[in-house]
Amino acid sequence: MSMDMSEFLEVFFEECEEGLDVMETGLLNLGTGEVDVEEINTIFRAAHSIKGGSATFDMLEIAGFTHVMETLLDQMRSHERVVTTAAVDLLLESVDCLREMIDATRDEEDIDEKRVNNLKQRLEVMLANKDADASEAPETDNPADNVASNPAKEPGGEGWVIDFYPHPDILKNGNEPYRLFEELRQLGKLNVVCNLNKIPDYKNFNPEENYLGWRMELVTTVNEDRVREVFAWIDGECEIDIKRLDTKSNESGSVAPLSGDGEAMSATAVETTTETTDTVSEAASSSGSEAEGANEQNPPAAESAPKPAAVTPSKTSAPAKTSKAKKKPSGESGSIRVSIEKIDSLINLVGELIITQSMLSQFTDEFDMSQIESLRDGLGQLTRNSRELQETAMQIRMLPISSSFNRFPRLVRDMSSKLGKKVELIISGEGTELDKTVLEKIADPLVHLVRNSLDHGLEMPDKRRESGKPETGTIELRAFHEGGNIVIEVVDDGAGINKQRVYQKAVESGVIAPDEKLTDEEINNLIFEPGFSTAEVVSDISGRGVGMDVVRRNINELGGQIYIISEEGKGSTISIRLPLTLAIIDGQLVKVGTETYVIPMLSIDESLQINPRQIKRYKGKIDLYKLRDEYIPVLRLHKIFGLQTDVTRFEDGLLVVVEAERKRVGLFVDELLGQQQVVIKSLEKNFRKVDALSGATILGDGTVALIMDVASLIRQHLLSQGKINNSSLEAA
Amino acid sequence: MHNTSQAENVAEKNIHINQGTDQYLTFMLAGEEYGLNILNVQEIKGWEGATPIPNTPEHVLGVINLRGTVVPIIDLRNCFGLEKADFGTTTVIIVVKTRGEDNYERVVGMVVDAVSEVYNLNESAIENTPSMGTVVSTEYIKGLATIDDKMIILLNINHMIEVEVGKEIAQLPN
Repeated sequence: MSMDMSEFLEVFFEECEEGLDVMETGLLNLGTGEVDVEEINTIFRAAHSIKGGSATFDMLEIAGFTHVMETLLDQMRSHERVVTTAAVDLLLESVDCLREMIDATRDEEDIDEKRVNNLKQRLEVMLANKDADASEAPETDNPADNVASNPAKEPGGEGWVIDFYPHPDILKNGNEPYRLFEELRQLGKLNVVCNLNKIPDYKNFNPEENYLGWRMELVTTVNEDRVREVFAWIDGECEIDIKRLDTKSNESGSVAPLSGDGEAMSATAVETTTETTDTVSEAASSSGSEAEGANEQNPPAAESAPKPAAVTPSKTSAPAKTSKAKKKPSGESGSIRVSIEKIDSLINLVGELIITQSMLSQFTDEFDMSQIESLRDGLGQLTRNSRELQETAMQIRMLPISSSFNRFPRLVRDMSSKLGKKVELIISGEGTELDKTVLEKIADPLVHLVRNSLDHGLEMPDKRRESGKPETGTIELRAFHEGGNIVIEVVDDGAGINKQRVYQKAVESGVIAPDEKLTDEEINNLIFEPGFSTAEVVSDISGRGVGMDVVRRNINELGGQIYIISEEGKGSTISIRLPLTLAIIDGQLVKVGTETYVIPMLSIDESLQINPRQIKRYKGKIDLYKLRDEYIPVLRLHKIFGLQTDVTRFEDGLLVVVEAERKRVGLFVDELLGQQQVVIKSLEKNFRKVDALSGATILGDGTVALIMDVASLIRQHLLSQGKINNSSLEAA
Repeated sequence: MHNTSQAENVAEKNIHINQGTDQYLTFMLAGEEYGLNILNVQEIKGWEGATPIPNTPEHVLGVINLRGTVVPIIDLRNCFGLEKADFGTTTVIIVVKTRGEDNYERVVGMVVDAVSEVYNLNESAIENTPSMGTVVSTEYIKGLATIDDKMIILLNINHMIEVEVGKEIAQLPN
């Protein structure tokens, strides 16, 4: 295997990430006592892929560690071991450890060997004492012996080891090895390991000849004659050696001779899976559908593999690749998995677009006015095509939110047991799709919100009983689409927000003026204010507020909004409203001088004509506009942006009232042009970040219009004018 | 036989050109001829106006739409501290693709008076920059070359764009 593996490494890490998620989810779903074999199989397969892959890439520590986990899982699967909470906890901890190991390897850092060895020992102790609790640290000095003496026994673990070496010309007679495997599989559980030793150099390679040999382990109760019968058709065209399966020697030794030394074994064996099928199907004189049959053979074989120690690495790396449709790759990784359907529909659309294009190009040669109707039709079709293309292309970046929600069962489980609370987590709408970037950036704020709900929102069981609520609290995570936005809600039935205290606290810390009148809703949303997040004071009341301003800032950066509805004693609902994508926003086009600017619709409260009598000048330099009961500063955009315009008198222009970070200002513009969806183009790509602008877009006429960043505009304004807060405006 | 040797000669010449020889596009700016490596040049297009960006230095004329990409345009005269000139019929935008020391690729348009020639220049024909005597800051200059008694100022375009476009410039207008 002298090929360069580095390009596969990234794929492997991604698959590990997925595998770990699968394991974690599976372990959390695993009830104690009753064994759901399918669930354990899923966990087992994931662990197995990681083990096989890591061995391929020579990450022996990871492979070794996973192996121990796998052995434990195997015992559970074969009903030899009762699934206990302790075991599940230990496995979960091992998953964490494995994740760290993989991350460390990816970042080329050292693996925390102490932790790994400790966990490994605990796993081994658990393996050694079938029913004992392994949460205690191990005392045994020689854990390896324990593993070895504890072979993964099958109930009725008898069967046959078959060494099967077909002659090179077997394929010419239309014999297909994989059909034999199929047939054998009907007799019992079958493991196949391919021997590649006889494959010649490329020069001498004859695609019509077979160079492969197989060692099979068949766990079955049938007798030798029945097994021999399977091979009756190719009697004389192969060498067959059938031996009784010995469970003990099978532990690790039986396969090793096939592929040389032990370390290289797993590596070769992994490749075997693909190579076997490829070679078989290619060499076979059969049609493509049969070749597919050969491929499909793999997953069942993997499921029924009874002896992980012996033949494991060959089994599941391939199935794991195909069975996982799409899942979020880790953190900041630059690739994305897209389902085939999305790609197919994109290609279909491109096909349609080309048809439309060729239809339209007919007009370029000779055009006379009689064709104007069909030209118009063609253009209409082009419009439709391009819109659909845009939507489908956008879809590619969309991932289901489940990848973000998946971590919560674990989080809730861990936290609730730590806090001594009883919590039921309900997740709905996990199939809701949103943009990958948004998804990645929403993950941390969501964790924060759920943690807050758990820690401070939900009461302790006895307190809940006192107030007449069921002991088990519920936290609900919901995601759904609503009018071009995605809404994520974190709902709890806990104590809710103590408005009285929040209000007091806000006055004390100067967030609001002492005499300020606020509605209940406004009071609740004060918890998102910066400076309101001093932890201990707030935790007395309801706890919310720890870093909530950070959460809100993150959401705002994504162009989203967050607000809370809370009823004291009954619970709270935190709603996050996010745009579906960061690439397109709804914008209001405004004219300032000769330039067109785009104001994001989300920031606009209202637009109005100015009554000059409602303008007041404050300290001789700031214009304030009396909007109902409130004075808001007026920013003359043409001045801020240094543009020439004829519209300088207030009565000639319009005021667009915008709001960001709870501050409201009026933007004085020449006129409003229209609303439309605009595609955001980054200014930073070729230029740099510019104050008060969040990007640029290209208008229908091909010119560039700049998109305003309202929050930054307001901040900039406040800086330049000296700090003006609401109270000083009130005084004016 | 004769033909073959001629072909060989040409081939030899090409090899010679390829070794240490770069092609330079030259352009005019206030009567001086400047050159930049042709590999940096993406395209040349006429001046059609740009959308001005507020809060940016004066030499940034704005941004244009280049087939869906937003590309900033800089006024090279202003960059070099030369006096302003009206944009005429020969005024063009040279769109360059540069990669600075920050290893960040930028596509930027530069407004120049006119494009001039493409020259093959051998590395050895490039002289070091005298410490003074040009209007351009010497850090932007890669060297000088003389062709037919004309002096051409060769620009270190990657560095120049990185500084003029990429870096925050301290003194903003207002």
